[in-house]
Amino acid sequence: MISVENVSKSFVLYNQGLAEIPVMQGASLKVAAGECVALVGASGAGKSTLMRMIYGNYLTASGRIMVGDVDVVAAAPRSILRLRRETLGYVSQFLRVVPRVSTLDVVAEPLLATGTQKDEALKQAKVLLTRLNIPERLWHLSPTTFSGGEQQRVNIARGFAFPYPALLLDEPTASLDPTNRATVLSMIGEAKARGTAIIGIFHDHAARDEICDRQFDVTQFTPGLAS
Amino acid sequence: MTPLLQVENIAKFYGARIGCTDVSFDLYPGEVMGIVGESGSGKSTLLNCLAGHLTPDRGAVRFDTRADGLRDTVTMSEPERRMLSRTDWAFVHQHARDGLRMNVSAGGNVGERLMAVNARHYGQIRDKAIDWLGRVEIGEDRIDDRPTAFSGGMQQRLQIARNLVTGPRLVFMDEPTGGLDVSVQARLLDLLRGLVREMNLSAIIVTHDLAVVRLLADRLMVMKDGHVIETGLTDQVLDDPQHAYTQLLVSSVLQV
Amino acid sequence: MSDYNFAYLDEQTKRMIRRAILKGLAIPGYQVPFASREMPMPYGWGTGGVQVSAAVLTPDDTFKVIDQGADDTTNAVSIRRFFQKTAGVAITEATSKASVIQTRHRIPEENLRADQILVYQVPIPEPLRFLEPSEVETRKMHALEEYGLMHVKLYEDISQHGDIATAYAYPVKVEGRYVMDPSPIPKFDNPKLEMAGIQLFGAGREQRIYAIPPYTQVVSLDFDDYPFQPTKADHACDLCAAEDSYLDELIVDDEGGRMFMCSDTDYCANRRKQGHVGAQGVPYAEDQA
Repeated sequence: MISVENVSKSFVLYNQGLAEIPVMQGASLKVAAGECVALVGASGAGKSTLMRMIYGNYLTASGRIMVGDVDVVAAAPRSILRLRRETLGYVSQFLRVVPRVSTLDVVAEPLLATGTQKDEALKQAKVLLTRLNIPERLWHLSPTTFSGGEQQRVNIARGFAFPYPALLLDEPTASLDPTNRATVLSMIGEAKARGTAIIGIFHDHAARDEICDRQFDVTQFTPGLAS
Repeated sequence: MTPLLQVENIAKFYGARIGCTDVSFDLYPGEVMGIVGESGSGKSTLLNCLAGHLTPDRGAVRFDTRADGLRDTVTMSEPERRMLSRTDWAFVHQHARDGLRMNVSAGGNVGERLMAVNARHYGQIRDKAIDWLGRVEIGEDRIDDRPTAFSGGMQQRLQIARNLVTGPRLVFMDEPTGGLDVSVQARLLDLLRGLVREMNLSAIIVTHDLAVVRLLADRLMVMKDGHVIETGLTDQVLDDPQHAYTQLLVSSVLQV
Repeated sequence: MSDYNFAYLDEQTKRMIRRAILKGLAIPGYQVPFASREMPMPYGWGTGGVQVSAAVLTPDDTFKVIDQGADDTTNAVSIRRFFQKTAGVAITEATSKASVIQTRHRIPEENLRADQILVYQVPIPEPLRFLEPSEVETRKMHALEEYGLMHVKLYEDISQHGDIATAYAYPVKVEGRYVMDPSPIPKFDNPKLEMAGIQLFGAGREQRIYAIPPYTQVVSLDFDDYPFQPTKADHACDLCAAEDSYLDELIVDDEGGRMFMCSDTDYCANRRKQGHVGAQGVPYAEDQA
């Protein structure tokens, strides 16, 4: 489902003396449908960078990144937008939403964007929020005012609202209490069972061992860190 | 799929000075494109060339008309272009008073575009005006008030209602949130996002506010000295800027 | 005959004005610019109408002037005397006897014939001016038939007053093309704009002439659910008992006493001659005695 082929990337910081920082060199990774792969490596090794490259959030200098039949490296913005809408989900560490939009609407958004009727989308959003223990009295408030853990769960609900064939998870269980952590892990498990290809970053080693089929060490492709 | 708007090599000069040059892009139905850059970067000149307010010195701006498919709006006759601008196009000005008739009631302002396309039933015009005022969160009881009695944010929302009442397909926005309080901005952004989704609008938004484009725009174009220096997905351009100027722009934003 | 050139203006100027009139007749409702001359009266006193009258008068014409329907007001008397002096034409107060009638704010009650010309004095010829101050823009709107704005004005009327409160200078569409200001005639007169006579409109200060040829279609603008209605005071004339004529209201004492009378003085006098007597009127013969 996801195929990363020989990609590399560097950052050029024009405003800091034109420093060029290579961050990824010759990385290759394949994730099949129904498989969950954990990205590992020391902090700064490029786990998030690789994930953002797959999502098209960072540009890739060379190589190919196939998600389904779209090459993210070469695709036009329009194709990437469609890919993100229909194929590739992403649960980031931080919730970024338009102020004033209610939690229900935030969670229902991916469904609405793919043509689900409003009633049905809201119904599904409510199921997810209930499952993730977001109190009903908060549903009509904007999540911008929520606690860190609550925001994280809203973010997860939103990321799992639509059954994407491929999913990127950046620290999905961080700052969650044991009950909610277990819920999230079972949701990941269900997605796997559906055939979703998942790439995740987990600092929670127990969670990682429980849910991931294998690990992928990005350090080996980090220039300056590879031994 | 046919692009809604196809811009090819647009250039506009003010004497020897460059307004904007070598601008090309396609905009597809439902897409929102942001154009950012500092004052004098040519973004407003470009917007005015696209919307037919200025005649570019070079290039083509093709719009997918309902009747005849892609037509170059630069060479099209003035009546045709004016017809487009009161039916399929909308233009939201930074200053509401440039886009509103200040001596006409809110209802009259919204109704004008309907009457311009031959609506001749007062009751229906009024019902539609009430509906649209509601959609931009202006109470029905304000329909007979003049915009001069409205706050800045309300005037801007009224301008949006007036523009969208005829169901346009392409909206040009020039700094739509400029000069508004932050809380008012948020409300307007939320409203715009909802309308864009609901009506499957395409939009081109000129602004210098990066937060606005992050929330509203799918794609981003960065301009400097009349040239486009970087384009791409909005989050990609903002999170991984490739050009020195864009990096400066992004890093200059104050974090809250 | 006087020392003036016939009808005051020189022949070149009259030719220039006639060309504008002919163009106006050829394009009904279109405002033709013309080089308005300085006249021996101030703007606002009918200089546009006077110039048009001067251009169409011939020595054989019989001339009538009315102001708000009356032949005996200052403005009407002055203009009538002006042409008596500078053109030596015959004058009359009888609508049926006049070949050229200059008017301010009224159309005579009596139907005009094909051999008569009605000349209007126009203060502001541009009907779109109220909402669009730019002349460049209004001319473009006329050229492109973009008349939505005219209905915005009517919309505002209804939203503020409950119905179309515009009572005079009510906008019309001429021959399905140009929207035109019929000058400040009451909207009661609008249906009469479709007539056998030639109608010429002159705006001196604004330097515009426009025209309606005989039997031209003239439609008053309105909404489907608020149709155009020519209105008048709901009374009969207190002098001649006419129920179909436009009335002026007159306060007659300090006790609130009032009467309604035909604004068209000639029409009223004719009816009284024929023996019609209104509620406060006296028979015509006694009045003259």
